[in-house]
Amino acid sequence: MTSLATTHPATRPRLRPAVRNATAVAAGTLLLAAAPLYLAPYATTTLTRILVFGLLAASLNLLVGVVGLPSLGHAAFFGVGAYAAAFSALHGTSGVPALLLGMAAAALVALVAGAVAVRAGGVFFLMLTLAVGELTQQAADSWESVTGGSNGLYGVPAPTLSGLVLDQPATTYWYVLAFFLAGLLALRLAATSATGVVLRGIRDSEDRMRALGYRTTLVKLGAFVFAGAVAGLAGGLLAAQQRLVTPADAGFETSALALLAVVIGGTGSWWGPCLGAALVIVVRDSLGATLDGHGPLALGLLFVLVVYLLPTGIARIRLRRTAP
Amino acid sequence: MIDILRCHDVHHRYGALSVLRGVRLTVAAGERHALIGPNGAGKSTLLKLIAGEERPSGGTVHYRGRDVTRDPVHRRARAGIGRSFQHSTLLGSLTVAQNVSLALTGGRVLARRTDRHRRAEVAAALASVGLEGQAEVPVAALSYSQCRRLEIAVALAARPQLLLLDEPAAGMSGEERGGLVELLRGVPPTVTIVFVEHDLDVVFDVATRVSVLHLGTVLCSGTPEQVRRSPEVQQAYLGGRMEEVHGEPGGA
Amino acid sequence: MPTAQIALTAMVNGLAIGLLLFITAAGLSLIFGMMDVLNLAHGALFLTGAYLAWWIGGEQQTWPSLGRAVVAVVVFGAAAGGLLSLLTAPLSRRSHLEQALLTLGIALVAADVLSALFGDDVRATEPPAGLAGTVTVAGWSYPSYRLALVGVAALLAAAVYWTVERTSLGALFRATVGDRDMVAAVGVDPRLVRGGVFVLGSVLATLAGLLGAPIYHARPGLDTTILVLALVVVVVGGLGSIRGPLIAALLFGQVESVGRAVLPGLASFLLFGTLAAVLVVRPRGLFTLAPGGRR
Repeated sequence: MTSLATTHPATRPRLRPAVRNATAVAAGTLLLAAAPLYLAPYATTTLTRILVFGLLAASLNLLVGVVGLPSLGHAAFFGVGAYAAAFSALHGTSGVPALLLGMAAAALVALVAGAVAVRAGGVFFLMLTLAVGELTQQAADSWESVTGGSNGLYGVPAPTLSGLVLDQPATTYWYVLAFFLAGLLALRLAATSATGVVLRGIRDSEDRMRALGYRTTLVKLGAFVFAGAVAGLAGGLLAAQQRLVTPADAGFETSALALLAVVIGGTGSWWGPCLGAALVIVVRDSLGATLDGHGPLALGLLFVLVVYLLPTGIARIRLRRTAP
Repeated sequence: MIDILRCHDVHHRYGALSVLRGVRLTVAAGERHALIGPNGAGKSTLLKLIAGEERPSGGTVHYRGRDVTRDPVHRRARAGIGRSFQHSTLLGSLTVAQNVSLALTGGRVLARRTDRHRRAEVAAALASVGLEGQAEVPVAALSYSQCRRLEIAVALAARPQLLLLDEPAAGMSGEERGGLVELLRGVPPTVTIVFVEHDLDVVFDVATRVSVLHLGTVLCSGTPEQVRRSPEVQQAYLGGRMEEVHGEPGGA
Repeated sequence: MPTAQIALTAMVNGLAIGLLLFITAAGLSLIFGMMDVLNLAHGALFLTGAYLAWWIGGEQQTWPSLGRAVVAVVVFGAAAGGLLSLLTAPLSRRSHLEQALLTLGIALVAADVLSALFGDDVRATEPPAGLAGTVTVAGWSYPSYRLALVGVAALLAAAVYWTVERTSLGALFRATVGDRDMVAAVGVDPRLVRGGVFVLGSVLATLAGLLGAPIYHARPGLDTTILVLALVVVVVGGLGSIRGPLIAALLFGQVESVGRAVLPGLASFLLFGTLAAVLVVRPRGLFTLAPGGRR
């Protein structure tokens, strides 16, 4: 598996895999950038949704795959980012400032939620992130003056970029793609930098990292807030693309789908979760009509299958992929 | 001589079980101080309390004249208390070099240091424990005794003033133990060492001072020679060879 | 109604909800504490109990129909517990995340099946005659069902406490937590203990659903609401004790009841705020075992 992460043995010359990776990344980016030129508008819109969801899954992967913090409520920050960006767009400020606002709001909520969940740690982290996700959805449902209640925020204006209204499938797509790539790059930098090594060290042994002088809880909280901010960016992109934000976007099903994308795609690379996201979105969209509203059933069965059919366990997949 | 570490009347209990009952321990700078005693005497618990992984139920721990009893682990680590672990907790998904270099930055997440400078330091640290040329090997691929030595390299790389070693020789063959003794003797005298060890040959080859823990208190403390000859110790528990008394390492 | 009367009603309500929460959370805590399985399908069990109360007990329960509903709920809870025990057994050596994913998958399937069976409408059920309406004591009127519920739930809570802390069955359960091999050495099949714990925990959840039906009314989404409350109670109350979750459940019963009465739009914030406040003051929960007892 040729992941983007630097897991190659150094006995080989360092340059070759780097060049190969750079070529693959460049080719992939070009292919993505040119997509609206060879895809039908409907397919372009689907691809836009995949990018939005892929960025959410990738930000979750920073927690699950790098720091070892499996969050069951990551969509909370996605939803907060989406609501904040949609609220801002409905009140006259759309485009990049709305995205930044979404990111800031998501980061703030992640800071408050993380301060509680990260400190508790272990299985309590699972419980508390699930609770945070559900409470966020309930808040979105009941705080009508801001969130529009169960109808959500609709009629969100299309983003504008220096006077240009991005309301065509292709223009929306490019707008989303630009921020998708920026978000992915930021995540990758965070994971491969010196800080990323610290994060993986904490995943492997928090005791040792503490004994070496690292304030592990603070570092984990930082990663949680960063991942939350990127999820908020993805949420802002959702508002720009879908023009509608509902409580379900912050809720458990969205969290579960994102986690499923990470689990299916594998936590060892950055494009893995994005491919997983593509699979999840395509399956959900194409089965949507046939399932007649039984999405949760399909999702639930998929979870059960994934857990049983990965006999070595999700955690060990990670180890196998990072060790050459 | 200056005392680098002073434990005063330290008590510790797990639920109803009292593990330490009023331990007094003074360690002078530069000492190689061995903690010996049968299983359940509280040796590993004492190390944990000094490192800060647990807080004592009573008593105080002073490090370089300052009360650190309530300081968290990372603060003590930054103040110069380093430790190795009995059960290897090396960072399994990282390389040997990454394990060492995480110790070099001393807990600062955003440390900026030129790569070349750091690589030289990593190489020096690895050479000092005989792991030259293994820098880019993933830790998962190391042998047991290589792991034990990397464990010490990591602990030393953090440049501690007080180094706590929890059974450094556990599971090593006789030859490997010889290498370990050489390694520990080569540690500069600016580093004070407190270590828990079951192998008495290693203890008497390395230690400049020995404290015997028994049932949660310090039974006696002195030079290796004094301890070896103390009738109290002989009677209390040096009856046979010590290894036979303790059996398997582990426990408290 | 005068303010004092509203406050009093909200408090009695909160007490009833708190005891219901305790019974639900005790089942969750029991399964986690004994079997190390985080059962996220617990809310679905509660909801099924509430639906059965409406389906078998009827929109207007009578004493005989309530009796039939109780039997149905216990039988269903026992069967569901046995099934959960079988489904999670192959994962006993795997991580908490994987067990959580499995039980979440089961919860999603259960929620979908329930909404297919019972529709998306609220299924309200009224308690039998004699428990509907209010009683007046010393000039204050109380909703009778809630008062009765406080009594029944308190009895049930006491029974749970007594079973776990005082009986040989409870001692066996506690031994299983400490050392699973030891139970086999005593001559008890650990699979039986495992099944027993799941059955007991699940029956507690379905019974709580039945008792809570006239207050909460069965509806889609109630499963996650209850699951979150139960998780919060377990986190705050600490694992391995019965007293901790009891006090936490009573606290969050009040927060939930008073919150919904006073600030209906912001009840979720109030709940999270209380949770955060407790965990800031007591990072390891209200009650914990020895230092380092929690991982």
